[in-house]
Amino acid sequence: MVTRRKMSSQVQHHHSDCNRPLADASVIACLDCDLLQRIPEVDNGASVRCPRCDKELWRHKPDSHNRTFALTMAALFLYIIANTVPMLGLHAAGREAFTTVVGGAHQLWLDGQQIVSVLVLFAAVISPALQIGFLLLIVLGCQRQRPPAWVGLFLRHLHFTRTWSMIEVMLLGVLVALTKIADYATVVLGTALFALFALVILLAAIQSAFDPREVWQRVAWAEPDMQPSLAGNAEAKS
Amino acid sequence: MSVTNPTAMEHGLQSCHGCGLLSRPAPGAHEGRCPRCDEDLVFRKPDSLQHTLAYLVAAAACYVPANLLPVLTTTTAGGSESDTIMQGVVLLWSPTGWPLSLIVLFASIMIPSAKILALGYLLITVKRGSITNNAQRVRLYRMVEIIGRWSMVDVFVDTFTVSLIQLQPLMSVEPGPGLLFFAAVVVLTMLAVESFDPRLIWDTADAKETQKKVQYA
Repeated sequence: MVTRRKMSSQVQHHHSDCNRPLADASVIACLDCDLLQRIPEVDNGASVRCPRCDKELWRHKPDSHNRTFALTMAALFLYIIANTVPMLGLHAAGREAFTTVVGGAHQLWLDGQQIVSVLVLFAAVISPALQIGFLLLIVLGCQRQRPPAWVGLFLRHLHFTRTWSMIEVMLLGVLVALTKIADYATVVLGTALFALFALVILLAAIQSAFDPREVWQRVAWAEPDMQPSLAGNAEAKS
Repeated sequence: MSVTNPTAMEHGLQSCHGCGLLSRPAPGAHEGRCPRCDEDLVFRKPDSLQHTLAYLVAAAACYVPANLLPVLTTTTAGGSESDTIMQGVVLLWSPTGWPLSLIVLFASIMIPSAKILALGYLLITVKRGSITNNAQRVRLYRMVEIIGRWSMVDVFVDTFTVSLIQLQPLMSVEPGPGLLFFAAVVVLTMLAVESFDPRLIWDTADAKETQKKVQYA
């Protein structure tokens, strides 16, 4: 198939299955209402909202790369602690029992609830691991002036890991379970519980520090020939 | 509304859900690929209403056994006792525990039913071509998207209650069959939210606006 030049503002290329970008990368459509608009450059900390549906289109976050890097390293450290040491303990009738997050999922599996067990493991262990791992790869790739195209691959899937990563929900669940169990036994709080609390706060901090748009403006495109020149990119950034 | 609202679809442009880039598909094509992040692109999520409806019906069907079947079975020397989610809320109600009891009531009973009702309302209004309350409807969608995950709370409560109280032969707790249905409600409603395309809320109004413009031209 031959692609023809339809509008003068577009760059002509010969990829039949790939879309052509607009000449002006600051023109976007709102993902919630499809309204075409131009994203203005705003000051650090300020946000751009869709005039029609009020969706936040972009928030200019200061020092995104360095802050995200530091917070992600801390999150990785806490994640490892949270999943290796006991989270909850219990003393009752002269006996002791301890559990970790994985231990909780394991017990469900043994009790015949394999599907729910996998869901708990996915939401409380696997998704957070993917979320932190993807973020780490993204910030490492962004050390370069022109981050390689695989950075875009991980950034594109980051939203999925965030949707299913439910550590904060799990902590609330643990709190309720503790209240229930406190009627029968003495409950011991493990180190992992405090690590998880800190992790929830760090993940929220990453959320407010990380600016995906800054990465998208620098990253190498999946289709290198389609990418606007560096000069054009620098102009869009300033 | 007298102001014209140009949309990407009207201009034959697709925006990328992965990276936000706006791009133009090959002439005549409905599906494309993002040149920046390689994501598959469409103008609107394909068969969005049907998919959302299917997930929603499945979630509503699971909602009944999720609330009627026991989620926990406690075995003590005196015998065994099974509790549904609602019974768990009642058990948790005490002079000190009532705030948590309210949280569970809210997260496990009210959020899932509110989600099903809200998505049902969005589906019906979009299907009927409603052009009113667009801003409120898209806000409702975003709210459902944000609070939906919190209904997982009860799944975690039951997981850790079960894994800690293993003091055989004195006392042990086992998960009940309701837990699987309850987890299914949470996952199915989350998938329903994901498959709904909020841009459909605006499409009818935009189409009528365009029609009016054509008439006056």
